[in-house]
Amino acid sequence: MEHGTQNSDPVVSNRTMEIVVAGLFALVAIVVMADSVRVGNGWGSDGPKAGYFPFYVGLIMLVSSLATLAVNLWRHSGERTAFVEKHQLALVLQVLVPSAVFVILTAFLGIYLSAVLFIAFFMHWVGKYPLKTILPVSILVPAGLFVMFEIWFLVPLPKGPVETMFGF
Amino acid sequence: MEALGSLIHGFGVLADPMNIAYMFIGITLGVLIGVLPGLGGANGVAILLPLTFSMSPTSAIIMLSCIYWGALFGGAITSVLFNIPGEPWSVATTFDGHPMAQKGHAGEALTAAFTSSFFGAFVAVLLITFLAPVIAGFALRFGPAEFFAVQLLTFCSFVGMGSESPFKVLCAMMLGFALAAVGLDSVTGELRMTFGSVELLRGFDFLIAVIGLFGIGEILLTMEEGLAFKGKSAKINAKVVWETWKSLPRYWVTAIRGSIVGCWMGITPGGATPASFMSYGLAKRFSKNRQNFGNGEVEGVVAPETAAHAAGTSALLPMLTLGIPGSPTAAVLLGGLLIWGLQPGPLLFVEQKEFVWGLIASMYLGNIAGLIVVLTTVPVFASILRIPFSIIAPVIVVICAVGAYTVHNAFLDIVMMLVFGVVGYVFKKLSYPLAPLVLALVLGDMAESSFRQAMLVSQGDLAIFWSNPLVGSIVTLALVMLFWPLISALLRKRQSRQDGGTQVIPVK
Repeated sequence: MEHGTQNSDPVVSNRTMEIVVAGLFALVAIVVMADSVRVGNGWGSDGPKAGYFPFYVGLIMLVSSLATLAVNLWRHSGERTAFVEKHQLALVLQVLVPSAVFVILTAFLGIYLSAVLFIAFFMHWVGKYPLKTILPVSILVPAGLFVMFEIWFLVPLPKGPVETMFGF
Repeated sequence: MEALGSLIHGFGVLADPMNIAYMFIGITLGVLIGVLPGLGGANGVAILLPLTFSMSPTSAIIMLSCIYWGALFGGAITSVLFNIPGEPWSVATTFDGHPMAQKGHAGEALTAAFTSSFFGAFVAVLLITFLAPVIAGFALRFGPAEFFAVQLLTFCSFVGMGSESPFKVLCAMMLGFALAAVGLDSVTGELRMTFGSVELLRGFDFLIAVIGLFGIGEILLTMEEGLAFKGKSAKINAKVVWETWKSLPRYWVTAIRGSIVGCWMGITPGGATPASFMSYGLAKRFSKNRQNFGNGEVEGVVAPETAAHAAGTSALLPMLTLGIPGSPTAAVLLGGLLIWGLQPGPLLFVEQKEFVWGLIASMYLGNIAGLIVVLTTVPVFASILRIPFSIIAPVIVVICAVGAYTVHNAFLDIVMMLVFGVVGYVFKKLSYPLAPLVLALVLGDMAESSFRQAMLVSQGDLAIFWSNPLVGSIVTLALVMLFWPLISALLRKRQSRQDGGTQVIPVK
């Protein structure tokens, strides 16, 4: 994958991200080990306790993440390569933010109506489509999912007030 | 010979017209999944898994495995026509497949790709037919120590054979194990890492992780690259297919070599992606037309495709015989087996004969059905790919959300899917491998329980892993794999020192 065009600034370097992620791994490892110690990581009356196996999992994770951390702190060559550039981050957020809003909306409006709004918004915002293209796609896709899941396979998906109004 | 009899019985299971219908539906859905960016085989099977809960396990696994074959085929379409590998194992196919399409030989490239995929898969299915019962019979004698040893070998192979930093492989793998440990401990009944949350009692389902890591993560990466589809049109007709088929026997050595590489990499968890690259590299190394590789050489399409399909198919061998999946998609299929109440492993061949042989028979027919479907429907699938990304992306996110929700009917799973999506994006950019994470998440409980059982037998003495030649050699091999990066570095150092002493040529 190529990164690095002249007209876009790096937001964060690869090296910084490596350090951050390795640090997060170390943190998770400590949490895993601490919880394993809480439930017991030794030998009980009936064999290995509940934390026996996860403790070593945490320990291996801690050692590996510290090694990755050390390698990146030591080496400065990754400093100049960008993990993500400004225009790339903007593109990623263009998907991530509406997706997150879609997920939150699902809790209140159900998945079908949220999907209609999400697809319509995305097509309008990113694709700049006219209403005559947006409407059929944004309505037919969730409608197809509704028929497939609720009617054919009898798998209920989260529904909101609108579906309740129609008696579902 | 017993295998042949069982196989014929398996074809009898398939004779049900509904199973044949599921096979074609599966293949078509699979090709669609393979063609759409962001919906890979593992992810597609994970999303569609809940739909099969109402079917009989045999019908369900036939449909799901056919989705898998379809996805393997679909990757080639995007690689050749659009220079976009729909799946990571199709990357090597783009090297020569797309130049062929640019020269107006898209039909030949696709026919060669599909036919070699079929060949690779066929060799792997033959291997499964005759080897699986033998391995399963052998594995029936395994105790907990032997099972843990095989699982250890699987995980250590990721460290030894991966191209990523061994520390990163270990980190990703251990994260999978840690996530698998969350929830109720099945042995002691104690709660682990739930931190008082009722939602976490359920633990982390690997299906959610797969959908997030491979689905949402892929969408974010695709979006970042500012994907624009500029495809070549493909004209596939009977004449093109026939002409290409006439020329293909010329590459029999490449095809057989690709199949062997693929089968080996599929059974060990090397996977389809390294297999395709290795096969391409070998083909280039030994070809008479070496200089033409990369400019549209048919051999450069045959090599990666045979290997990728052989690997993808043979990944099911360890899954069926030992309960250890050789690829993330095989892991999802294994999850399906567990959900249907079937315990993958050697006993499956004894207790669920009909199921196993129905599945193996479906591999034969599924690949033939796949070849027919892809050869006849390429223009349709190619036109789907011309739908702009700004329409496809939100639709895929919605489908992923639906898939995540249906696993446990839990809203939190949709949120987790999004979190795993971001994790997948960051991991891919920093070269943390996703496959060991997923496999650890799937096998975590199984590995832990065999380890604990073995420890219980030996009263905590690790010597049980060297208590007999079988377990001893597997564990030793696993440790060699684990420390292989270190061993190979030491060997290289020694070699270069020797070279430096005797030769004047500087070592790179």
